[in-house]
Amino acid sequence: MTEACDRHLARAWLLDRLSGNLDLVRARIDELLALDDLELIEAVGGDAAPRLRAALHGFDAERARAAADQGGIEAICQCDPAFPPGLRALPSAPGVLYVAGGLERCLELLREQPVAVVGARRASQYGLEVARSLGRGVACSGVTVISGMAAGIDSAAHEGALSVRGPTIAVMPSAANRPYPAAKRSLHRRLVELGAAVSELPPGAEIRRWMFPARNRLIAALSAMTVVVEARHRSGALVTARHAAALGRRVGAVPGRITSPQSGGPNGLLAVGAAVVRDAQDVLDALFGAGVRRAGAAPRAELEPEQERLLDAVASGHDTMDALARAGIEPAAALVALAALEIGGHIRREPGGRFGVQPGV
Amino acid sequence: MLARLATFAIDGVEPRQVWVEVDIRSGLPTFTIVGLGDTAVRESRDRVRAAILNSRFDFPQTRITANLAPAFLRKVGPGFDAALALGVLAASGQVTAASLRSYAVFGELSLSGDLRDSPGALAVAEGARRAGLTRLIVPTERGREAALVDGLEVIAVPTLRAAAEVVMGARAPDLSDLPRRPTPSGAGEPDLADVRGHATPLLALEIAAAGGHNLLLEGAPGTGKTMLARRLVSILPPLSRRDAVEVTRIHSVAGLCADGLITRRPFRAPHHTISAAGLVGGGSPPRPGEATLANHGVLFLDELSEFQRSSLEALRQPLEDGRVTIVRGQRALVFPTQVMLVAATNPCPCGFAGVGDRCQCGEADLRRHRRRLSGPLLDRMDLLVTVERPTEQELRAPPVTSSEAASARIAEARERQRSRLAGDPARCNGELGARALRRHVRLEPAADRVLARAYAAGALSARGRDRVLRVARTIADLQRREVVAAENVLSALGLRQRGSGEDSSCAEAASG
Repeated sequence: MTEACDRHLARAWLLDRLSGNLDLVRARIDELLALDDLELIEAVGGDAAPRLRAALHGFDAERARAAADQGGIEAICQCDPAFPPGLRALPSAPGVLYVAGGLERCLELLREQPVAVVGARRASQYGLEVARSLGRGVACSGVTVISGMAAGIDSAAHEGALSVRGPTIAVMPSAANRPYPAAKRSLHRRLVELGAAVSELPPGAEIRRWMFPARNRLIAALSAMTVVVEARHRSGALVTARHAAALGRRVGAVPGRITSPQSGGPNGLLAVGAAVVRDAQDVLDALFGAGVRRAGAAPRAELEPEQERLLDAVASGHDTMDALARAGIEPAAALVALAALEIGGHIRREPGGRFGVQPGV
Repeated sequence: MLARLATFAIDGVEPRQVWVEVDIRSGLPTFTIVGLGDTAVRESRDRVRAAILNSRFDFPQTRITANLAPAFLRKVGPGFDAALALGVLAASGQVTAASLRSYAVFGELSLSGDLRDSPGALAVAEGARRAGLTRLIVPTERGREAALVDGLEVIAVPTLRAAAEVVMGARAPDLSDLPRRPTPSGAGEPDLADVRGHATPLLALEIAAAGGHNLLLEGAPGTGKTMLARRLVSILPPLSRRDAVEVTRIHSVAGLCADGLITRRPFRAPHHTISAAGLVGGGSPPRPGEATLANHGVLFLDELSEFQRSSLEALRQPLEDGRVTIVRGQRALVFPTQVMLVAATNPCPCGFAGVGDRCQCGEADLRRHRRRLSGPLLDRMDLLVTVERPTEQELRAPPVTSSEAASARIAEARERQRSRLAGDPARCNGELGARALRRHVRLEPAADRVLARAYAAGALSARGRDRVLRVARTIADLQRREVVAAENVLSALGLRQRGSGEDSSCAEAASG
């Protein structure tokens, strides 16, 4: 049962109602969202402003609650003392936070210093691998991983956390129960099952362009630290980082090749003082102080000497079958040993027939 | 007067006997051909008239009616010319009609009276033998090909005049005097010895050839996927005489060069713009498609993801059944399509995944690429191997193996399969169905454990598990093992394709 108060539910309703108008306004979305209801109607309502004011006045809170219940969504508003304190720090704090996957669990997951792992949708294999391993490592030590469930880095971070059944929350651009992008349906389902998906918009809200930068401010506000893995210049992930910095939260970035456009964003952040993030331990050190918390790592299973040798060879860059053959390993033998390592979960096959060492969990 | 002689129409790739009946009676000079012929048959009138006159015979100035029986069968092409001309000569008494009984006649005429090269002579020869005829007249160029059929006297003649003389009792020209067509120099035959580097793909080729497994080659442009596929033909077991005759017949019908028996397994590499009809056969009249031309050989689909989905979809059933049935009007034509399928693809849309950091494809691009690839055809691919660019040193190094050495190992492995599969419809491991797999593939306990673990880790689908078993069986055959060892299963796992429905990595599942 949704307990959010009428006033804040009305605000969420209004955002949904003004959705189309907000897309047309040429102003920074977080500045618009900082306005109160009537100012917002004045600013973006145009000719329809009087009608909107009347509609806002006649807002039916019970119907909104019923709709949320029907969508399996709970909501918490600013009036509630349990409202995530991180969000209150925003000048444009949302009135209501809608949660799919259990309000109580969500608040619990948000309690202790969550980390946002964000980045580009078009990411390189390297970026995806790093995001997955960061998600896994951070979640392993019990720290919640927050991201936006977008394709690329965001999803990889969630996947990493989910692979160890670790805590993770997705901040959705539109309604909390609506997977976006639709292709990530199964990821959304697992997120709701094991973590949570949250949003400031009521169920049924149609997706609009303005929602993405608006969502990014929530990611930054919910997290104690924002880590950018890969992002081109002008990427949404950099918007998240900017919000985090404005809120006085930590910002971290994963260094990348200076020639790779996808690493332009994080390298730029590093240049202006972001924390260097090489692995999950760097994140934990930045949050809790050096060495206070250890990134979880399962002890590696005992390997036969031959397998160990092969694993080293793969790690040192002989990462294709032919490269291994060049390193003096019989192709037939390499085939056998690599398959054994693969089903043992020590290496993974990547596009183009490369093998990569699976980071320890 | 009435004359009657036999010839053959080619229906798909099969010969159908056709009787040519020529009736001459007094009346206004006309020449009509009846019997459901196409335009080429209708135009045959003028060729026959000119050829007879230019062969220094008389063309009867009377009423001539020629019939091609049976009348329901559609007759296509100019192959009836020679039979029509001889029929006219016999009906007009210029050639003794009685001696024509035992002959089948096949060939197109030129206006000068020469017999022109006509495709499909081998099919005609087979038909003639089946129909109990003892002598066959064909154009000179097709003599050697028609002579492949035993129990038939093949008369290869250059002109209508020569044909008429043979019928009248002259000695038929000796077949061994026939000019041989210049064969392309033997040095050009592709051989595994030309390959440098590519250790793993060579291994996969050998396994594919030994077990008759369909193979998917993945690699960046220019790494040698086509070059490797071309060489697969050189290590497949030699064609049996029966299969060779079948291949020759099909190629002859299709008008591809055939001088005598084709002993090399065919290799066909259709371009990816090919239509479904072009791939499996079709059109009107129905013609064999690339899959039929590759019968008993290798069908190579380069850039698999670029093929139209409908074309690949059409290929699925023929691959499974080993033949394709095309129904036109009231008739069903059967084309054989027993092929080994080899496909090549780029690892990602730009083609450079795995080559340094050159690949700029996003996750969505990769997913789209995989979706285009996956599908019914991928299910038939037992093996996947990545082809890499060989290094400078490898290019200078001596070859890894030669076709001769590989062929010997493959022949032995095939022999083991044959003795094991005696009494089974499958002839090699690649054709084993799910039930036959359970019967024929015995695993060592350790091998069983490896397979169970891979399956539990989510690396395999149920069908993928069957594929691994088939390949493991072949690897064990190559190593002369009766029972499949754990390392055979691991090798097969290493070469498995991560197709539809299968998790691309089991590491994820194992750690989850």
